[in-house]
Amino acid sequence: MIPLDQVLVQIVNGLVNGMILALVASGLTLIFGIMDIVNFAHGDLFMLGAYVGTTAFLTTGNFWIALLASVLTMALLGAVLQATALRPLLGRDPLTTILATFGLSLIIQNYALWQYGPVPRKINEPITGHFQLFYVEYPWYRLLIAVMSAAIIGGLYLFMKYGKHGIWIRATTQDRVMAAAMGIPVPWVHTVVFAIGAGMAAASGVLFGPTVGINHAMGFDFTLRAFVVVVVGGMGNLGGSILASIFISLLESLAAIWVSPAQAVIVSFVALILTLLIRPTGLFVPTPK
Amino acid sequence: MSALTPPAASAETRVLDTRPGAEGPSAAYWTAFAVVVALLALSPLVLPGFWQRFATEILIWGLLAMSSDLLIGYTGMVSFGHSAFFGLGMYGAAAALLAVRPPSLWLALLTGLVAAAVVAMFVAFFSTRLRDIYFSITTLVFSQIFYVIIFTWTEVTGGENGLTFRQPPFAIPGLFSIPFTRNGLHWFVLAVVALSYLLLRRITQSPFGMVLQSIRENEPRTRAIGYHVERYKIVAVMLSGLFAGLAGVLYAIQNKFAAPDFVLFLISGETVIFNVMGGMGTLVGPVAGAAFFLLMKEVFSRVFYEYYLIPVGVIFTLMVIFLPQGLLGFLRRRLNQ
Repeated sequence: MIPLDQVLVQIVNGLVNGMILALVASGLTLIFGIMDIVNFAHGDLFMLGAYVGTTAFLTTGNFWIALLASVLTMALLGAVLQATALRPLLGRDPLTTILATFGLSLIIQNYALWQYGPVPRKINEPITGHFQLFYVEYPWYRLLIAVMSAAIIGGLYLFMKYGKHGIWIRATTQDRVMAAAMGIPVPWVHTVVFAIGAGMAAASGVLFGPTVGINHAMGFDFTLRAFVVVVVGGMGNLGGSILASIFISLLESLAAIWVSPAQAVIVSFVALILTLLIRPTGLFVPTPK
Repeated sequence: MSALTPPAASAETRVLDTRPGAEGPSAAYWTAFAVVVALLALSPLVLPGFWQRFATEILIWGLLAMSSDLLIGYTGMVSFGHSAFFGLGMYGAAAALLAVRPPSLWLALLTGLVAAAVVAMFVAFFSTRLRDIYFSITTLVFSQIFYVIIFTWTEVTGGENGLTFRQPPFAIPGLFSIPFTRNGLHWFVLAVVALSYLLLRRITQSPFGMVLQSIRENEPRTRAIGYHVERYKIVAVMLSGLFAGLAGVLYAIQNKFAAPDFVLFLISGETVIFNVMGGMGTLVGPVAGAAFFLLMKEVFSRVFYEYYLIPVGVIFTLMVIFLPQGLLGFLRRRLNQ
């Protein structure tokens, strides 16, 4: 029999991991929903964001400045990547965007290896306190991650719902040609959306940084998981991918009670395959009429 | 296979092209084929040591590239999971070479192909229900599942270290058995790859292959005409996986090891790169793409050391944008005649 407190600790872990994953995946789903771009480099933007965070942290010594600096740098980089590599592909088969972003992923990953070396790096967490959660000393910082992720996603939601430019973005999602006819600068909307996605990836990278060693290969893991989440949640559906992130992370955390964390990943893969078989439009979207 | 029989006899519809010479491959085509095979056969005799091995590697990776071209170029399904088939081919061959004494080449081929076929059947059953990027993501996820299993199941697969074994001799039971020489192995690989090419070419030009190309061009219409699109896709993925497994067996025999690195998605990514660089839908293009990629890797790793993937990635991305046809894409018509 599995002790109940162990299950509860794993549920808290799953929720925290789920919020980080939701932050990564909502950027990915935003980019997909608006531009039909499957961003293979998304996890690598996450990884590079974390590295930029370490550099900024070393120079300023302040975690929050490092977070902000990393988000701005990566948003700028995202805008440049979109304008140079992805804008020419607009209107071509979405599959070519996978190929192009796969190329970008190779470049970013190996750039990080070249720039930062193979030894994992760490950012110090801004708060170091612990509290007693059953049998473990649980760090407050991990709860802060979940709250920060929720705040950023909430901010994105409010911006999309009420902000003038958020309405531009939604209009572009619904009908690109009509939006252009109404005077919305569609190419710029695309660039800005990619920048927002990259910035969100960077934010999650910096927030996640203190809990692991940052290395150049960690991006792919998140790309894959974000793909799983985005498909399970329904492609291009923001609310669905948040629910799916939490669902998938809970599954993995609970599976980690029985098997090693490396094998627990398989559980989320199986969830993806079952979703595709039973409900290919995604688990968390209303049934299409 | 009876379920695959098209509703109407479609052999006649094959000759869509009415130009003179479109009925079959021209003499020029076969001459070129013979010249290329002869050059490849002679290459180990004239090349210095390192490049001999390099030529053999190109052939093996070329076979992997060709196998995925059946899906990417001809059926329009971009598989990001070919490393699973390739890797399982390697481990299947390894199982036979380790379990049976003395090691048998033909048994290794058989077990490698069976392993790849079983995996391909499994992947095909699930992934072909999906299209476009969903297919790509599913195949990627499947290859990762097999990677995790192989990486963590240390007792059977050797885990991170993989398996090492001895090279089997080239033998026909009861007749002779001679160990592979450097050149002998090259010629063996060349023979297998050339035969596979002819087989794949035959497949793409058969009525079955024509249906695959029709799926690529317009899937709803193919379905509307009455073809059971899913079954064609399943068979396409299985055939493709079988040839990828064959490449894996050859690689295992050449290098005398099987390692989890070859099941990792990077191999699948490289396979897609071969196709894009060489020219999808030409069969020969992906082989040229593999040669181009390996050559670039070799040259850049002498200049940039382990960061060679930076310039390779830049060139690849530029080719996706500016040269979507690939290096040999302009020959597409001629190569498929």
